[in-house]
Amino acid sequence: MNHLFPILTALAYLASFCLYLRFLGRGNKLTGRLGTLFLGLGLITHYFALLERSRGLHTVPYHDLYGSMSLFGWLLALTYLGLELYHRQRSVGAFVLPFVLVFFLAAHLAPADRLSPPAAHGVTFAFHVTLSILAYAAFALSFVLSLIFLGEERLLRSHKVGDVVWRLPPLELLAQMSQSSVLVGLVSIAIGTVLGFVTVDRLEGQHSYFDLKYLVTLLLLVLYAVYFFLARTTAWRGARASKLCVFNFVIVFLNFTVVGFFLSHSHRYF
Amino acid sequence: MEIVLVGLNHRTAPVEVRERVSFTAEQARRAGEELRARGILEETLVLSTCNRSEVYGVPPESSHESAPGLSTFLSEFHSVRPDILSVSLYHHYDHEAVRHLFRVAAGLDSMLLGEAEILGQVREAYRFAHEQGATGPVLNRLFQGALEAGKRVRTETELGARPMSVASAGVKLAERIFGKLSERKALVLGAGTISEQVVSNLRDRGIAQLYVMNRSRDRAEELAKQFGGRVIGWGEWDSALQSPDVVVSSVSAEEVVLRREIVERAMAARGNRALFLMDLGVPRNIESSVGELYNVYVYNTDDLSEIVQQNRNARESEIPRAQGIVDEHVAKFLSWQASVELVGLVDALRTKMREERASFIRARMEPMKHLTESDRAHVEKLMDEMLEKLLLEPAERLRGEKELRRKIQNVEALRDLFLSNREKP
Repeated sequence: MNHLFPILTALAYLASFCLYLRFLGRGNKLTGRLGTLFLGLGLITHYFALLERSRGLHTVPYHDLYGSMSLFGWLLALTYLGLELYHRQRSVGAFVLPFVLVFFLAAHLAPADRLSPPAAHGVTFAFHVTLSILAYAAFALSFVLSLIFLGEERLLRSHKVGDVVWRLPPLELLAQMSQSSVLVGLVSIAIGTVLGFVTVDRLEGQHSYFDLKYLVTLLLLVLYAVYFFLARTTAWRGARASKLCVFNFVIVFLNFTVVGFFLSHSHRYF
Repeated sequence: MEIVLVGLNHRTAPVEVRERVSFTAEQARRAGEELRARGILEETLVLSTCNRSEVYGVPPESSHESAPGLSTFLSEFHSVRPDILSVSLYHHYDHEAVRHLFRVAAGLDSMLLGEAEILGQVREAYRFAHEQGATGPVLNRLFQGALEAGKRVRTETELGARPMSVASAGVKLAERIFGKLSERKALVLGAGTISEQVVSNLRDRGIAQLYVMNRSRDRAEELAKQFGGRVIGWGEWDSALQSPDVVVSSVSAEEVVLRREIVERAMAARGNRALFLMDLGVPRNIESSVGELYNVYVYNTDDLSEIVQQNRNARESEIPRAQGIVDEHVAKFLSWQASVELVGLVDALRTKMREERASFIRARMEPMKHLTESDRAHVEKLMDEMLEKLLLEPAERLRGEKELRRKIQNVEALRDLFLSNREKP
């Protein structure tokens, strides 16, 4: 397999991370813009790396765990870029890029699995998987934003402003960004889940309509809908809503790992 | 093409002297005209702010020779006795003058390190002088360079990024919580000088609505009128605390003004919407336990003073970076200045050699009677070609090679060497 695109992607993400970090440290606008530019370049080369991997394995990018991780990294970067452009806020990039980079490198350094093709295929299935991974990426982003919110809020309350607080986004904006991200995740997971059920319905032969993954996913839908509602209400706005968002992501993580690896028969990678 | 600067600032002159030597726009125009008319300077620019009055110029001859005339002129122009003025005035020449201006534009020479206003004031002074036709190629290039350096220092360093007063630190902290204040409301308790400073800062940051509450309603109305706010009756806490996002308190009171139960009640009524309280009163106006309430942020004078001190340290740590940018632009200007002077020197040298060629050849060929007219013309032509070759090549290199120009430190010494008519000692 050609390694050009993975290498270019890793370099672009690394450059973007360094530039975002420098922007956070120094506040130089040009550095921030360059960080965004390299993130955009990374997204393009990452797309081609995914495409090449799929061609090499003669299957979809999410066929195995590593492919899914790479797609997750790509969608995380894409969601972040969308949020950055929408909210015109670059100081979060330094916190998000390490996740993108780790997922990308872990996925592309690992050897590709030689698995039998999934039982399901087709456009509906492809949308189901892609939208579900997009939802996970959006939830991961809201998790990072909530952690930043909680850290900054703690510093502001304890009057330890130091160097950091002046460089981070305002609390109100962090809360808005987190809610925007959750909204993207909610819509994606809702449509993705419906498409998943449609796919199961179309499958020939004996297929169970029950899987623990379905249950946890529906629970996540409810939890994030509750967060989205509470974050805008009186008693919960602020730190409480951010803590709920962090808690929700712990469930997402468990769903992706423990449930996905061991407790689900239709969504496991091995 | 030398540069001279004569001026005074907050470090060299007390405010009584500074206010006597400051220039209005009209005075700046008149001073420039007189300096040029008297032949003291060829190009002039007056920079006058509340902390400094400086005259920049390009003298017709040596910059050192023009300085005394400039000092005398300032003394006469402002009717200040020379002995009073002389102790406050500083004189800078050539690269020192350049360096001084670039530091001024960068905010490195300001009373409040890194202040933002000075760059605008330098820009305005340059625009004004340029419009009056007082500047020429040297000052144009000098001030454009200074503005460029000042802008870079502002965007590439944090020299002016952080608030340096208690009032502005409080307002900037409110922005850390709420973001832009243009859709936010503020309540000011007390109508003293500190309140006025904070209100002015809030207005500068575009606060949407301002409420004023003061024991004396007249004073509250005065402040509200001055800044376009609304007055709320003293003690109407429930209505007063319901809508504002920022509360600034600087009331002279022996006892606490805002008790925990008042804020608790207000937070319940406003649905826990974040509230930023700035307690600038001594003794404190806000009960300390208010800071424990959910979504309530309380900062008192000591907290804000500590932040200001941290910011001051942070600004000072940016000085080397800012100085680096200034040095880079000073070097760029000096390189340009040297290139102009060097090219001028080579042109002058060529003119001189052409002038002297004819008499030189005539004198040397006088004894050579055997040469025909054609031979003589041929020798003259060869001589011309050699002169061109000797001078053209260095002139082209000087125009094209920046590094070479940088290496030639003292153009005046070269001028003295090649163009002076002095006899050998």
